[in-house]
Amino acid sequence: MTEALFEFLLRQGDNSLVLGHRVSEWCGVAPALEEDIALANTALDLIGQTRLWLEYAAEVEGKGRSADDLAFLRDAYDFRNMLLVELPNKDFGQTLMRQFLFDAFQVPWLTALKSSSDQHIADIASKSLQEALYHLERSRDTVIALGDGTKESNARMQEALDRLWPYAGEVFRDDEIDIAMAKKHIAPRPSEIRQTWDATLKETFEAAYLTLSEDRFAHSGGRTGQRHTEHLGHMLATMQVLQRSYPGATW
Amino acid sequence: MSKKTDSTENAHNTSGQDEWPLWEIFIRGQHGMSHRHVGSLHAADSEHAIKNARDVYTRRNEGVSIWVVRASDIAASSPSDKGPLFDPSRDKIYRHPTFYDLPDEAGNM
Repeated sequence: MTEALFEFLLRQGDNSLVLGHRVSEWCGVAPALEEDIALANTALDLIGQTRLWLEYAAEVEGKGRSADDLAFLRDAYDFRNMLLVELPNKDFGQTLMRQFLFDAFQVPWLTALKSSSDQHIADIASKSLQEALYHLERSRDTVIALGDGTKESNARMQEALDRLWPYAGEVFRDDEIDIAMAKKHIAPRPSEIRQTWDATLKETFEAAYLTLSEDRFAHSGGRTGQRHTEHLGHMLATMQVLQRSYPGATW
Repeated sequence: MSKKTDSTENAHNTSGQDEWPLWEIFIRGQHGMSHRHVGSLHAADSEHAIKNARDVYTRRNEGVSIWVVRASDIAASSPSDKGPLFDPSRDKIYRHPTFYDLPDEAGNM
């Protein structure tokens, strides 16, 4: 049970860690000063959530590792984030489309986790939800603004959706960890969230004049750690370089 | 801050300019009594301006309320009118209520 809970917590923490790092890559180079700061805020929110999840994960594991150890000293195959969040940012529209697909899941998911039988998880979810609600508002508005913008912005958002769509469904494929969590009422099965997620997407993409594919195919392997994309290793090389080069360095 | 778009295809951009309009931002602080001007930023519309203001000007917990006003909607006094507008009040110190003893109970005036 402890092992399943540890895996579950890594999934939460790694999603926000990897996406937080990806979003932070925009710092200083976003298309407008206002968007630059907004993205940096989002990244910081996600890294803050990561700390809560990974601290609890380290405590549950009970092997004396810290949240920092988990973030900076694990290799790609030990990460449990969904594939969607590790994909490269590409352009601003692609980044915000990915953010929207993630936020649209995260809001109902964290809402459900607020009722977790594990009080610690309920507390983290409760705090993170306030941030996720704002992220969703912002990413949804941007998706609509760009989808319903110029011919070019619409085409680029459609391209973003088409590229990211095959990665979006991974999270809804319940596995033995999800079932173990559901049995203990620690978390719902992710598939239970799908209907809410679908509704948010439908409403948003209609307003954005974007077409959602009927295809339900979803790449998988991120949440289980069995098959990450080649991009995660490159990202970790950048993210972890300091601790790898100067083990234990602090400042 | 440049947004590369073909403005001829942009239904929402009637001005034909690529830049978002400028907004003046007013924040009411945690303990402040009125909204205070804190700066300006660019945004596509008022909703967007409020979100940008939240991200740019309240990230250190500065505010509990945000007002945004399109900069072009502000009517301002002209600097060249400074003399006629403000000089006449300069020597009328009796207009300041500094000749009264205010009881503490009156509070902030």
